[in-house]
Amino acid sequence: MAARIRKLIVEVDETRIEGGKAIDPPTRKALAMAVIENPYAGRYAENLDELIAIGEELGGLLGEKCVQALGIAPGAAQSYGKAAIVGEAGELEHAAAILHPKLGAPLRKAVEKGAALVPSAKKRGGLGTAIDVPLGHKDAAFVRSHFDAMEARVADAPRANEIVVAVVVTDSGRPLPRIGGLQVHEIKGEDGLR
Amino acid sequence: MIEIRRIHTHVEDIHHEFGPAAAVPLRRGAIAAVLTNPFAGRYVADIVPMMDALQPVGIDMAERLRAAMDVPADRIESYGKGAIVGANGELEHGALWHVPGGYAMRELLGWKGDRNAYAQGKASPAAPSGPAGAQTGNALAIVPSTKKVGPPGAALDVPLTHINAAYVRSHFDAMEVRVPGAPLADEIVFILVMSTGARVHARVGGLKAQDIAQWNGLR
Repeated sequence: MAARIRKLIVEVDETRIEGGKAIDPPTRKALAMAVIENPYAGRYAENLDELIAIGEELGGLLGEKCVQALGIAPGAAQSYGKAAIVGEAGELEHAAAILHPKLGAPLRKAVEKGAALVPSAKKRGGLGTAIDVPLGHKDAAFVRSHFDAMEARVADAPRANEIVVAVVVTDSGRPLPRIGGLQVHEIKGEDGLR
Repeated sequence: MIEIRRIHTHVEDIHHEFGPAAAVPLRRGAIAAVLTNPFAGRYVADIVPMMDALQPVGIDMAERLRAAMDVPADRIESYGKGAIVGANGELEHGALWHVPGGYAMRELLGWKGDRNAYAQGKASPAAPSGPAGAQTGNALAIVPSTKKVGPPGAALDVPLTHINAAYVRSHFDAMEVRVPGAPLADEIVFILVMSTGARVHARVGGLKAQDIAQWNGLR
């Protein structure tokens, strides 16, 4: 395994009542996070291939953990997002190396299909820094009911030489969507947008 | 009286903390249920009925947490509980969780005492019928707890101690638990935490789990 993982965390958030109204079935979001060692901490490296490989590995691992925690078939996943928090001895570009080149393909395999861009966020931070992982529908980025976010945070990470990598997968959109826009039943799912 | 708005589970595997990686990672889990606080915004003298009403909530949460951790009950070695009360409630509302939260978890793990007797203030001995020095069940130790009044997203450091002997030093731990967006002013977050073992690099001596001998919940 390329990634040196110190902690692996899985959270599930289930909303049963929102604004006083029962949500049935409840909306559910799963968050999986890995706290990993940053192989490039404290030095400038031109080539970031190790982190790119780690991103590929974590896309599958974290995506599968989310689907497993939701207890759903992979195809039942509806929206997704990804994020990374780089410790003080690393660069923002290290987060980019994990998230962008290769993380997406194995994540899409874990949720089946996934024509849409995986929305992302990144930042540098210290212990307990929170990041809001953006969410969008996995097959059509313009589905308005699935624009959302989930807060990700590890109390004792990232240390200076660590990176927190987060993936979120849901089986639903927001609890009470009612602001119009493209609806799930209107998805064509070909271009990843509509 | 019981209205559950959200349920948040958190499970983590700790492989190491910059020391030798554990052969089996330490698994710690927390479950937080966000409930409507029926007493929010006013003083209600008699709040005890909610303590009884919370019993099935506690039992359901304990089992959900064990299932989320994906381990059999006999792998659980430590536990703790807590509550975060939203701004329109009192700390005393969080105290309603002591009996239903603690005993739900203890019963899941093999405690043989009488929760109803305890709830009525008649303390049931941890080892009701065993000879001195014999183990008569599991989850003999008090469930450590903490609580606070806090805003949405407030973090609570929930203490953890060994399920059979509160003095086991390797198992003194705590887990930071928070639910983004909760508690709202009229909500309470009730929390249970469990773990499969000692701190990942425990090495400060004291009573060890394998040396528990008195089976009185303490040593």
